[in-house]
Amino acid sequence: MKTLTFLLAAAAVLIAGAGCASVKPWQRGNLADYTMRSDRDPVGTEQSEHIWFSREEANGGAGVGGGGCGCN
Amino acid sequence: MNTSLFKKIMPAALLIGSLLSANAALKVGDILPDLSTFQLEGKLPGSLKGKVVIVDFWASWCLPCAESFPTMDALQKKYGDRLVVLAVNVDENSSNMEKFLKEHSVSFTVVRDGKQKLVAVVSPETMPTSFILDASGKVCFLHNGFHGDKTRQEYVKEIDSLLK
Repeated sequence: MKTLTFLLAAAAVLIAGAGCASVKPWQRGNLADYTMRSDRDPVGTEQSEHIWFSREEANGGAGVGGGGCGCN
Repeated sequence: MNTSLFKKIMPAALLIGSLLSANAALKVGDILPDLSTFQLEGKLPGSLKGKVVIVDFWASWCLPCAESFPTMDALQKKYGDRLVVLAVNVDENSSNMEKFLKEHSVSFTVVRDGKQKLVAVVSPETMPTSFILDASGKVCFLHNGFHGDKTRQEYVKEIDSLLK
């Protein structure tokens, strides 16, 4: 039973290890693509910032006016 | 999990981890691998032996790479036949490289490591990374990244020291 447990645990470690990967410097082409930028769409960015500050109940911030209700 | 089982598994996990992170990068003092064995696209210079060589790994999506090209082009023109600048592109898509080269016309040799076999062996830490080789093909200097005039001055100093 102990052997079986050990083998199962070792298999789990191997499977988990196989899932580990690091992106090498020369493999970052897709990550560096413009479409990966979170601020690639100015309107979308403004909307996201508006939602963010509304949720946070903060006045102003990120160039969006309003009182934090999320309705303007 | 009981303690004895944990003790048995941990060394195996550490071994696997160390194997996964093993890095046999090209470093100062090493000899550059034979480039003809890596199926590079583009024409390699006839022979690198007897010449000072800059081997530069770059990609079209890398902004410092674009900044480094005018400097390397100027170095190639300055030193002429005494220096070989060999730029190895690592883009997976050749059209990205071609578009980049249309915007950044250069006089030095550019080849493409589309299958990323050479770059995997060399394992540069950054983009760009350049290796300066002496006449025997040994890596004498290594530059991670490109830092404008500072890097240019280092290139000139190092190339001059190898050409003496």
